[in-house]
Amino acid sequence: MSAVTEDSGKSTDGFASRKVFILAAIGSAVGLGNIWRFPYVAYEGGGGAFIIPYLVAIFVAGLPFLYLDYAMGHRYRGSAPLSFRRMSKGAEGIGWWQVLVCAVIGVYYAAIIAWAARYTIFSFGKSWGDDPEKFFGGDFLQAAADPGPTMDFVPGLLIPLIVVWVLVLGILALGVQEGIGRTAIILMPLLLVAFGALVIFALFLDGAPKGLDALFSPDWGALKNTDVWVAAFGQIFFSLSVGFGVMITYASYVNRKTDMTGSGAVVAFSNSGFELLAGIGVFSALGFMAQASGVAVDEVVASGIGLAFVAFPAIINEAPGGALIGVLFFGSLVVAGVTSLVSVIEVVIAGFQDKFNLSRRAATAMVGGPMAVVSVLLFSTTGALTVLDTVDKWINTFGILAVAVVSMLIVAHVAKKLPVLADSLNRVSSIRLGTVWRVVIGFVAPLALIYLLFTELKGLIEEPYGGYPQGLLITFGWAVVIVIPLLAFALASLPWRDKSMTDDVEDVTAEEEVR
Amino acid sequence: MSGAAIVMMLVAMLAIWGALVVALLNLRRSDHSASE
Repeated sequence: MSAVTEDSGKSTDGFASRKVFILAAIGSAVGLGNIWRFPYVAYEGGGGAFIIPYLVAIFVAGLPFLYLDYAMGHRYRGSAPLSFRRMSKGAEGIGWWQVLVCAVIGVYYAAIIAWAARYTIFSFGKSWGDDPEKFFGGDFLQAAADPGPTMDFVPGLLIPLIVVWVLVLGILALGVQEGIGRTAIILMPLLLVAFGALVIFALFLDGAPKGLDALFSPDWGALKNTDVWVAAFGQIFFSLSVGFGVMITYASYVNRKTDMTGSGAVVAFSNSGFELLAGIGVFSALGFMAQASGVAVDEVVASGIGLAFVAFPAIINEAPGGALIGVLFFGSLVVAGVTSLVSVIEVVIAGFQDKFNLSRRAATAMVGGPMAVVSVLLFSTTGALTVLDTVDKWINTFGILAVAVVSMLIVAHVAKKLPVLADSLNRVSSIRLGTVWRVVIGFVAPLALIYLLFTELKGLIEEPYGGYPQGLLITFGWAVVIVIPLLAFALASLPWRDKSMTDDVEDVTAEEEVR
Repeated sequence: MSGAAIVMMLVAMLAIWGALVVALLNLRRSDHSASE
């Protein structure tokens, strides 16, 4: 019986080995952002010169923050709310804040996966026709003329979304090892093979060197621009899935003696390694598109939904073997997305399971059911895209970023637990956390993230996001991010079903060292 | 591709994929030292 099962205080479930944990953590970190966000951010941020701020961000923010999350889960052995509660009685609300941020993300992330799944099938027959942009907004989303939610359901969005929810909740109901672990063991190698094949295919397209030239030509002047550094920190931060409970939850499922910092380095560089691969693949394809249309690469560059659902279908239309490129590209989005979605929803399930002492299946049903219903109501209608875009923007900025900053400051300066957390990891880990780590988590990383937060805030105040009406931005932007922390502290004030759970767990590794 | 772009592409690959290899080797090494 592993240490995980003895002292986690809940059901006898945890990852069977370190390898499974690492694969699941990579599965969580590698998501849509690696594929459709990184290439654009790197291109905009100085091309080849971007590697410098990017590497600095990995070492100054990414790895230290990942280790903080790992230390929380590894030391306190619980879901986000339970770990924070065990750290300090008043801090439980931060865990719930993370849980609710994850709940909101899960609700819309599922919709994007459903769209990508649909496009995987469309790829076979290039069903989007000659004008992919018109097809996406028109035939596919049937987007309403006015931005905002509607009650007009689109069957083509509804059915795949339901399928995604059934699949993901099915995985989660199976448990940590049998569900999450097994999914990662199967899907991570599959993703590497499928995406690797896509990149190799893209490299042989006419014009690929032109695209790579655009991505890697260094603009050293960009390094003097603060925005580029902010973008590098932002990319690492969002891409690594740190700061909102996922890595705390996963780390709580690992055997106590696992080398956490050594594992974390593998996770962080696998995540970045995949991003680099995505940059090469995406820009090779964009270079082909530029060449085929006789324009410069900067005229075809795109990111996010525009890259996936408009630019890629156009590339697939023109490229030799386009259908194969489409299946590999959209299939990779689905696979990368599913493993990330699973991790985000697990944060919510684990939180409720601990607090209300529920069985795995009961927690999955209690949490997943309502999330699926909200997801379907909002994102299988003609209003899906504008609502999704708004929620995504606000939850990333004032959900993830805000809770990350607050949690770091409280752990470091209010609870003053950094030495305890560092000790807990240092006893079992190969990369030791010392003064540098404490300075980074206590000062450097929070300051960088606060700067990022204010830059975003300024932008959103200066002009309405996406040109959307204020009503939409208030309801699905501001209201969501304001209600979440309030609700979080309300949840924290509810009594624990099993009060003994909130006692701090013994630091088993410390005991063994004494013996 | 320009010379500078090729160089920076190689630098990026070496830095990131190289770091991944080092991280994997470190983890393997820490296994050995733990079992000794």
